[in-house]
Amino acid sequence: MGVVEYAFYVFSIVAVTAGSLVILSRNPVHSVLWLILMFLSSAGLFVLLGAEFIAMLLIIVYVGAVAVLFLFVVMMLDIDFTKLRSEFAKYLPIGSAIGIVLLLELSLIFGVWEQSEMAMDSRAVVTPIQSEIQNTAALGQIIYTKYIYLFQVGGLILLVAMIGAIVLTLSQRPGVKRQDVLRQIYRDPAEQLELKDVKSGKGL
Amino acid sequence: MVGLEHYLTVSAMLFVIGIFGIFVNRKNIIIILMSIEIILMSVTINLVAFSSFMQDLVGQVFTLFVLTVAAAEASIGLAILVCFFRSRGSILVDDVNVMKG
Repeated sequence: MGVVEYAFYVFSIVAVTAGSLVILSRNPVHSVLWLILMFLSSAGLFVLLGAEFIAMLLIIVYVGAVAVLFLFVVMMLDIDFTKLRSEFAKYLPIGSAIGIVLLLELSLIFGVWEQSEMAMDSRAVVTPIQSEIQNTAALGQIIYTKYIYLFQVGGLILLVAMIGAIVLTLSQRPGVKRQDVLRQIYRDPAEQLELKDVKSGKGL
Repeated sequence: MVGLEHYLTVSAMLFVIGIFGIFVNRKNIIIILMSIEIILMSVTINLVAFSSFMQDLVGQVFTLFVLTVAAAEASIGLAILVCFFRSRGSILVDDVNVMKG
């Protein structure tokens, strides 16, 4: 067994084990940490497949942003998680039944699956040879030319998600004093100030 | 030799784990969101494996958009969760029907 096979089996076993521990562990914080391990080993699988850019993207975006966001929310919300798990055993039979049926269906596909003869001719962008141009450069050459509109739509989706998340979670608490610039500008000195003639030796 | 079927097997196992997680942890919406992430990850492995074994770069471009949509979905889902927790004080899935309309 060569290095590639060995690495493949290590990464895939770690990914599947971490994936099952995500849904089985009692503490949600542990779940998030197992999710991070699953993402890391999937990134290892992508490196083995020659997709380095996607692998690095996975580590930066998923482990760096999404998993930390999950961790942040789990720690911020004060929830009794033992109550949430009380009906775990009740749903275990139907869950495993559906899982086994789905796994059998997917494994049936492997028996009859074969590649079409036209598949190789109908490729949209054939991958350049690895020694001539790297994976990241090859991806950049088609993302910014052939798929530029899709790329822009992807940016728009992220913008809408960002605005939506901010709008949903922004809360206006009553009683908090803030600077209101417009109110300050529109204050009229004639209404706010009053001149009084004060006689000496007497108060107002 | 590691072939395409090996990667598809890993992907299928992760997919089934994700589905199983949604059914088993029906009350805990955070674990449900994580299960959706596992399912999207299995789809991503599928796309990259086919892209690599068929020498077609479009599969990796598509993976990029799957990752974009997954990140957007996670952030919106967690924002709704925080919003719901503020108004109800719990994240029980059974309580969500009070939001009617």
